[in-house]
Amino acid sequence: MKILVCIKQVPQKDAPLKLNDDSTWIREDVSYEVNEPDAYALEEALRQKEKHGGEVTVITAGPARASQVLREALAKGADRAIHLEDDKFVRLDSANTARAIAAAVAPPLSDDNFDLIVTGLQSDDYGCAQTGVLLAEILGLPHATIIIGIEKTDGGLHLKRELEAGHYQFIDMKMPAVLTIQSGINKLRYATLIGIKQAKMKPMRKVTWAEVESKLSRNQQEIERLYVPQKQKKTEMIQGSAGEAARKLVEYLKNEARVI
Amino acid sequence: MADSILVVAEQREGKLNRVSFETIAAAQAISKDTGWPVEVVLAGNGVSALAQELAQKAVAKVYALESPTLEAYTSDSYVYALKSFISEKQPKLVLFPHTYQVRDFAPRLALALDRTLISDSIGYKHDGGKLLFTRQMFQGKFAADVSFAGDAPWLATIQIGTFRGDHAEAGSALVENVAAAVADSPARVTPHEVFQEAKQAVDLSQAEVIVAVGRGIKEQKNLALAEDLAKALGGEVAASRPICDNGWLPLERQIGSSGQTVAPKLYFALGISGAIQHIVGMKGSRTIVAINKDAEAPIFEIADVGVVGNLFDVVPAVTEEIKKARAGA
Repeated sequence: MKILVCIKQVPQKDAPLKLNDDSTWIREDVSYEVNEPDAYALEEALRQKEKHGGEVTVITAGPARASQVLREALAKGADRAIHLEDDKFVRLDSANTARAIAAAVAPPLSDDNFDLIVTGLQSDDYGCAQTGVLLAEILGLPHATIIIGIEKTDGGLHLKRELEAGHYQFIDMKMPAVLTIQSGINKLRYATLIGIKQAKMKPMRKVTWAEVESKLSRNQQEIERLYVPQKQKKTEMIQGSAGEAARKLVEYLKNEARVI
Repeated sequence: MADSILVVAEQREGKLNRVSFETIAAAQAISKDTGWPVEVVLAGNGVSALAQELAQKAVAKVYALESPTLEAYTSDSYVYALKSFISEKQPKLVLFPHTYQVRDFAPRLALALDRTLISDSIGYKHDGGKLLFTRQMFQGKFAADVSFAGDAPWLATIQIGTFRGDHAEAGSALVENVAAAVADSPARVTPHEVFQEAKQAVDLSQAEVIVAVGRGIKEQKNLALAEDLAKALGGEVAASRPICDNGWLPLERQIGSSGQTVAPKLYFALGISGAIQHIVGMKGSRTIVAINKDAEAPIFEIADVGVVGNLFDVVPAVTEEIKKARAGA
């Protein structure tokens, strides 16, 4: 099975974020990591390859710094990587991001024919939950979202889809297909030392902005303003040492909130 | 056709998804600002009765968009039918509830229409004739006002709980049955029945006190801190998604969009940052206590009382104080 995994580099979960000067994006001088649902998508791709043979390719779109998540994926066992490298990829809307990825894996830039394309169900930065579905539309492939189990069958794929409030559904589909993967589908592996060494020898193909620009269109949605959300509630913030804070908190719950 | 707002309501297996009424409430609010009338479409097979239920709201019209291919949900049949319907009606704005089903087909529908979808909105603004949708970014650390840069129809999904379904204005509308467009080729995904895993052992929705832990708990063994606090309070332990993904607590104790929705008297959020997927499952709680080391964590925006500090120091101290308070009571 030839599998493509779309991954994204996002700010680290506990990185303190600041707004840029015109309040349309964050200041980029923070620490980054791989988007967590994408890590699960990669892990699932590696497991499918181990079970059924084949090859795993990882792709990302982002600045030079984003090559870090590709190197990590190669160290975990991916076979090759594609980096759509440019600062401008950061501010593309979901449809244009999907168009860029589609262009990078299709003729004339490449003649990859992937059996399966997987990506995380959403990103921790934008959180639009759209890129994977849009990629399927652009490539003319069927798709399924929020997948929590994958079983390869003779005819294609037998999948477990998560629905709301503890409900699930099995679905069947043929390949090639695009799947968006839910966190927790598997247990993530760590890169081994040998893996990290081998990663340096694995191919990483760069794709420039100019090579895909003709496939992009103007963003159809724009962030006008990014800001710290207004509080919905007045929060009583309690100060002091752990002991003091605990005392005041319990007093509050007893006398003000009257819940204990 | 004059400018209008089209609400795409949702049903599954012959039952209306109640969040459809929240989206109708959102559309009614936007309609007051813009003057655009609200229409509703419900896709399915034999859904007239459900459409009648939707027609009890103050909307201009409800369409039952029907075909046997819409009996069980597939993205292919939904995209095909709704693309054709929306192309013909040309509404200004199309609103959906941000459900898992909508997430599955709405992006594809938008692109098939050569339009865009602003997903997971938690509000809107109508500023000088410009319509903006507010959505969370960076896991709730920021909010963004997002505008449509292209032509209508504009598509947006509304986060669950943003508008109150029971606040949707009542009225009486006509139901029109429309035969849905059907593709020549069958759907490429074969759906099977929706099911629940084995009956859940705990029903968190009945708990009066819930002590929930998030990533900040760091290691499985630290769960004892939360268990001690829950025991002192006579409550149940629960968690945000990552804790259950790690297998530290069973999935049935997960709170949030993919887990349970709860509204206890008292909710402790320990080391939970407050991503929207978690918030939607617990924001109805009467008193929310947040303990987190990060003063900027979004959980503090919905907390009634907050402590910024190391939960490994604060939580045992709180447990002790609760025990004292209980002993004295």
